[in-house]
Amino acid sequence: MTTTWTQRRKARIDDLAAGRSLGSEAWRRLRRDPVAISGAVLVGLFVIVAVLAPMLAPHPAAQSFPELQQDLRPGSIPGPRTGFPLGSDQLGRDFLSRMILAAQQTLLVGVLATLIGLAAGIVIGAVAGAFGGWADTVLMRVTDVLLSVPSLLLAVSIAALAARPSQTTVIIAVSIVSVPIFARLLRGSMLAQRESDHVVAATALGVRRRAVVLRHMLPNAIGPVIVQATLTLATSILDAAALSFLGLGDADPARAEWGLMLAQAQAYLDVRPALAVYPAVAIIAVALGFTLLGESLREALDPKGRR
Amino acid sequence: MSAAAGAERGIGAPLLEVRDLRVTFARRGGPDTVAVDGVDFAVAPGEIVGLVGESGCGKSVTSLAIMRLLPERGNRVAGEVRMDGIDLLGLSDAAMRERRGRDLSMVFQDPLSSLNPVVPIGVQVTEVLRRHRGMRKEPARREAAELLDRVGIPDPRRRLGSYPHQLSGGMRQRALIAIALACRPRLLIADEPTTALDVTIQAQILGLLAELVAETGAALIMITHDLGVVAGLCDTVNVLYGGRIVERSQRHRLFATPRHPYTHGLLSSIPRLDSAPGEELVAIPGSVNDNLPWAHGCAFAPRCPRAMEACEQRTPAPEEIGGRLLRCHNPVPASAG
Amino acid sequence: MLRFVVRRLLQVVPTLLLLSVLVFAWLRSLPGGPASAFLGDRATPERVAELNRVLGLDQPVWVQYLRFLGRAFTGDLGNSQITGEPVLSEIGRALPATVELSVAALLIAVTLGIPLGYLSARHRGRPLDVATVIGTLVGVAVPVFFLGYLLKAVFAVELGLFPPSGRQSVGIDATNVTGFAVLDGLLTRELDASWDALTHLVLPAVALATIPLAVIVRITRASVLDVLGSDFVRTANAKGLAPSTVRGRHVLRNALLPVSTTIGLQTGLLLAGAVLTEKVFVWGGIGTLLAQGIEQRDYPRLQALLLLGALVYVLVNLLVDLSYAIIDPRVRLS
Repeated sequence: MTTTWTQRRKARIDDLAAGRSLGSEAWRRLRRDPVAISGAVLVGLFVIVAVLAPMLAPHPAAQSFPELQQDLRPGSIPGPRTGFPLGSDQLGRDFLSRMILAAQQTLLVGVLATLIGLAAGIVIGAVAGAFGGWADTVLMRVTDVLLSVPSLLLAVSIAALAARPSQTTVIIAVSIVSVPIFARLLRGSMLAQRESDHVVAATALGVRRRAVVLRHMLPNAIGPVIVQATLTLATSILDAAALSFLGLGDADPARAEWGLMLAQAQAYLDVRPALAVYPAVAIIAVALGFTLLGESLREALDPKGRR
Repeated sequence: MSAAAGAERGIGAPLLEVRDLRVTFARRGGPDTVAVDGVDFAVAPGEIVGLVGESGCGKSVTSLAIMRLLPERGNRVAGEVRMDGIDLLGLSDAAMRERRGRDLSMVFQDPLSSLNPVVPIGVQVTEVLRRHRGMRKEPARREAAELLDRVGIPDPRRRLGSYPHQLSGGMRQRALIAIALACRPRLLIADEPTTALDVTIQAQILGLLAELVAETGAALIMITHDLGVVAGLCDTVNVLYGGRIVERSQRHRLFATPRHPYTHGLLSSIPRLDSAPGEELVAIPGSVNDNLPWAHGCAFAPRCPRAMEACEQRTPAPEEIGGRLLRCHNPVPASAG
Repeated sequence: MLRFVVRRLLQVVPTLLLLSVLVFAWLRSLPGGPASAFLGDRATPERVAELNRVLGLDQPVWVQYLRFLGRAFTGDLGNSQITGEPVLSEIGRALPATVELSVAALLIAVTLGIPLGYLSARHRGRPLDVATVIGTLVGVAVPVFFLGYLLKAVFAVELGLFPPSGRQSVGIDATNVTGFAVLDGLLTRELDASWDALTHLVLPAVALATIPLAVIVRITRASVLDVLGSDFVRTANAKGLAPSTVRGRHVLRNALLPVSTTIGLQTGLLLAGAVLTEKVFVWGGIGTLLAQGIEQRDYPRLQALLLLGALVYVLVNLLVDLSYAIIDPRVRLS
């Protein structure tokens, strides 16, 4: 009987060692969550199309076809026909190819904008959260002010600084909007970490501050930031589309990007609504995918949800 | 059986009878958990009954099942809870609402979170009076002030306008007791009412509860993990383990001669003033997680110092031995203790 | 309470100062410098030099900043390059249109959002809840301007239920009193004008309301779920209170606290959302000014709108905090 008990206890410790940790527990729950799966499928499809776009697209994005252009008239844009399954866009280019290639540009804008915002936010938040005091006060005041400007207005003001809008200005404008959000978030969870027992213990044991911050605080504080980054991927793509709509989008006609295509297609809504509907559906699907993924991640990582 | 014990002491027919109560929680993507596994006990009018056990033994779930306050979904409750001969589990929601707070009421563990933070204490007391006793606003306020005074809250008139966060922990628990007793229920269930309080306050609150129960003639079910609380208060004690009652006895007999190894273990693990110097406290090894399912033997067997071969093979049946109920293959001899 | 108000008011001051520094920095980094940016197409070297002197750009930076601050305080934010008018009077004229639109959108979002969020929480996991949650997720993922065009295409063009754009029908005889078209009609008893303005208001208000609606539903749902699982609701049930008392006094009164904050935040954001909606529906409010300003790079106008947007947002947040102190005794009395 003592043996059974010891065996039982050993089995339990093995269980724990095998990693019923927060991370794998979250992963286990994600795999069973229909919300997470739908999000992952949408995002997965998007990423695959984006990566393979140059191989999938039959034509270059910028190439105009004379046979399409000759049928372009005010009030008429050629629809689907042999060789051009989705028909033409407003400039006689292959709409299908542009839709496919736009996946890549959209992913690029979303990912770069999020990464830049994330990197800047992490640095600011980590410094403020790790050191507190004076640095914290100053940095948080500035992020508060940035947060006090409505995000679209902030993005617009920054994008408008460029004499000529380009993909770079779009990415920068969109990324700056998310910097204060990431910074606040990371600082908040770092502060919570700073008070937590394991960090106090590490400090008490004489672990150097740098090591405490990098090894003990950051890894534990990063969860909410990852969730926010996933959600930011969605808002970045939507913000970029809004900038395009306001005339602050990528000015390079050779590149195709869904937000830009959608914005430009508004002028041809009566003529060929498909030109707007396809990119719109693509954007909605991708934004929805990232949102679903982010929300299910948040729930999976929330210790309150662990039962 | 406790009814029999009650009859012995001349208290009379049971007020509440719990028969074969079972509560099962459905878990997403896992087997169901049986939290309460066939619990029987009875409470006579004016009797104080203890439900004792570690966290996870099913004592709180039992009390919530009696009150029908378990979450609406995700659980199954079976068995009978008879009060005045009527099965509470069979009542409509509306009929149960009529009884709650009037015939039976409850005091909870954490007084801060159990009071509404944005509503003044006065309203939280008067709303019960107005609901069950049909009182108008002003008389209800006067009555509420008297109730607060009765539970020992100073300056009750002014306190009616206070919010929970403005009171101390002890005062909040007193307010909760005032609310629970406002309509003079015949049964009060107290779920760990002193656990969240300072030690000095604990004794005051227990004293108050005992006094009020004696005064109003209400029966009390005291739920606790603390045998010390039971010792000073209860007539009958039920010891729960793994969702079943493993030992039930009259209080003095239980403390004098604990027969179930678990009860014995619980008693040996509390420090006592009269213990010999150098005598060691004995902890019960392991935790509830080591439990064996009752269907395959005795749930306590893996942690039991007196476990035998049989304990992991046959489920021990409840037996009446010398006025007590015992569920054990190898009980502690009556002389030891 | 008074101390709380004063403290909260004082906290706004450094925020506004920092904000002015940021806007000043923004001005300084305009392409070609503020002077040529302000002059736009009319920029000649002489005029740039002249404006540089007027704006004090030949002075040290801190003097420039103080002057900028002084001008901002006196409401002198320059003239629009498009109309040549002072930007503040432009804004003053366009403001009622945007306020009307925002109020309508907010009304839709709040009156639909709170009941929907509550019902969704009460029926957690059931079809209604699943549909609501999916709806809110999709609602946030749809680009606002696309939704605007979609509404317009379906309800105005296809079905002809609502006018496609503008605030009032051409040729309607409406007296302008406050600038709020619906209200003016009521004040002057020109009910047909009110009705006309109302029909114009529906589609843009719905488009603008989607995001705040989705957010309010989600927060209400989460907050109600949280409160439903709380100990004090269990206490309320243990007292045998009537379901309506439990719902109103115990569940909603607590659950709506975080919702009120959200409503405030969303109100502050409506101005920005209005930019997109107004452009779609040719609304002629602040958003239209902004959209035009961007197209024409009208920097004085952009500067004023940037300041206004931030100011509104800060003030709305202040109001939310103050009203929170009134609703929540824990804040009020601490």
